[in-house]
Amino acid sequence: MKRLINQRPGTLGKCLLGLLPFVVIGIVYFYFSSERLAINPNDKLMPSMQSFIDAVSYLAFEPNKRTGDYVLWADTAASLQRLALGVGISALTGLIIGILVGIIPLIRAGIAPVITIISLVPPLAILPILFIIFGLGELSKVMLIVLGITPFLIRDVQLRVMALPHEIIIKAQTLGANSWQLILRVVLPQVLPKLIDAVRLSLGSAWLFLIAAEAISATEGLGYRIFLVRRYMSMDIILPYVVWITLLAFLMDYLLRRLSKGVFPWHANEQGESK
Amino acid sequence: MNDIKIKNLWKEYGDNIVLENINLDVKAGEFVTLVGASGCGKTTFLKMLLGTEQPTRGELLLNGKPIANEPGADRGIVFQKYSVFSHLNVVENVMLGEELKESPLLGRCFGKKRQAIRERAIALLEKVGLDHALTKYPSELSGGMQQRLAIAQALIKQPQILLLDEPFGALDPGIRSDMHELILDIWRETNITIFMITHDLSEGFSLGTQLLVFDKQRHDPDQPNRYGASITYDIPVGRSKKQINKDFQETLMTQQAINND
Repeated sequence: MKRLINQRPGTLGKCLLGLLPFVVIGIVYFYFSSERLAINPNDKLMPSMQSFIDAVSYLAFEPNKRTGDYVLWADTAASLQRLALGVGISALTGLIIGILVGIIPLIRAGIAPVITIISLVPPLAILPILFIIFGLGELSKVMLIVLGITPFLIRDVQLRVMALPHEIIIKAQTLGANSWQLILRVVLPQVLPKLIDAVRLSLGSAWLFLIAAEAISATEGLGYRIFLVRRYMSMDIILPYVVWITLLAFLMDYLLRRLSKGVFPWHANEQGESK
Repeated sequence: MNDIKIKNLWKEYGDNIVLENINLDVKAGEFVTLVGASGCGKTTFLKMLLGTEQPTRGELLLNGKPIANEPGADRGIVFQKYSVFSHLNVVENVMLGEELKESPLLGRCFGKKRQAIRERAIALLEKVGLDHALTKYPSELSGGMQQRLAIAQALIKQPQILLLDEPFGALDPGIRSDMHELILDIWRETNITIFMITHDLSEGFSLGTQLLVFDKQRHDPDQPNRYGASITYDIPVGRSKKQINKDFQETLMTQQAINND
């Protein structure tokens, strides 16, 4: 018998072991759910599987009587659009400013202190200001995400740029690169895969800001729906929505990872080497 | 042409004197090897030639003019590590220098221009023996192959001076001797001036035509930074007799052994 620390699961074993906690959680949930429902069939706290299926099929596959929309998909589209806009704008801003601050000392001296201060402002604290300035429409929600994650992305990109081996910056200069060419041909491609990593890390915060903004002011959206049905204690809707949001978040993370691997094969190699 | 003249050169960081009173003449086409204990200013000296460090006092002249105070295309460099761009494959790494020159805005060429540059790059890669690995990324290459690539990459700019900062320090002995032949071939063909830092004294003797030994001439035990290193020996190894070289090498090696103790 090998030592415990040397025993590794096979592919199938890995899958089974990974699934096990989910199965356990499911069993525990439905056990207590059926216990509660046996005592009080109108209990709303832990709905049965049947209520989930009913609620989801009602929201996902039947058009809303008032608006004619399929609620789940309309909510998903609205939320994803805000999230994509917010994260997209943040990533672009973070990339541009981060590179400039990281590679040009004159800009760093001028901007870095401001960015440090801004990054310390809790974004939710200025949400009212955003509502006042940008109104209650889409813009204020997107701006909350942007303000929430851009400082982090700028600082991360800046640190990544400054952590590039000094040798390659000098080498590029001996190959005749001016500052612009150096940024375009060396710094940008070196930093792009790292930006994707940073975006993956910031997605959690982005969702947080999105749902917070939707909870306060929206007419559709995943966060809006959860907070709307909370008034009726509709756990049969809230829980599937939470699972759906989690699934979306997981998919985004997965797709970004695949993108990084597909577009920057050298980066995956390099990381493998340093491990 | 391309001569390097150094007069009364000092390099200090505050109170810390690294190099003192360096005087040196190097003719174009010399293969200069720099040896000396660690921390005695060889790398600082190379950085001044490169342009990333500036002398505190004195003159550092290339072709009679002060050397540029930032790195430029007339001085190529190969470091011990990180000399190549990990995001470009082998042939792109070599093409980069020419692409930057041809395309100021994008730093990237297309079509016929690109093809022409690519052919030049491949010719250079053939010379360094890397033409079988054109589309590989540096992370897929061995240490020796990465250094070959770094040399080819520097050569495409046809620099007047090639600076080598312990380029073979991390390589296995067998590969190292292959690299010696390669660098000598290139040096003979291009008649480029080479400055090479090495820890390996025999490497310094066998490759170079001019050997510079960096050492501190004065020591103050209470203030080790009070005195800087200077060039204690400037030996025209390539032109003197083999035997003298050997004797001298032995003297230096015993000296080094004593210093290390």
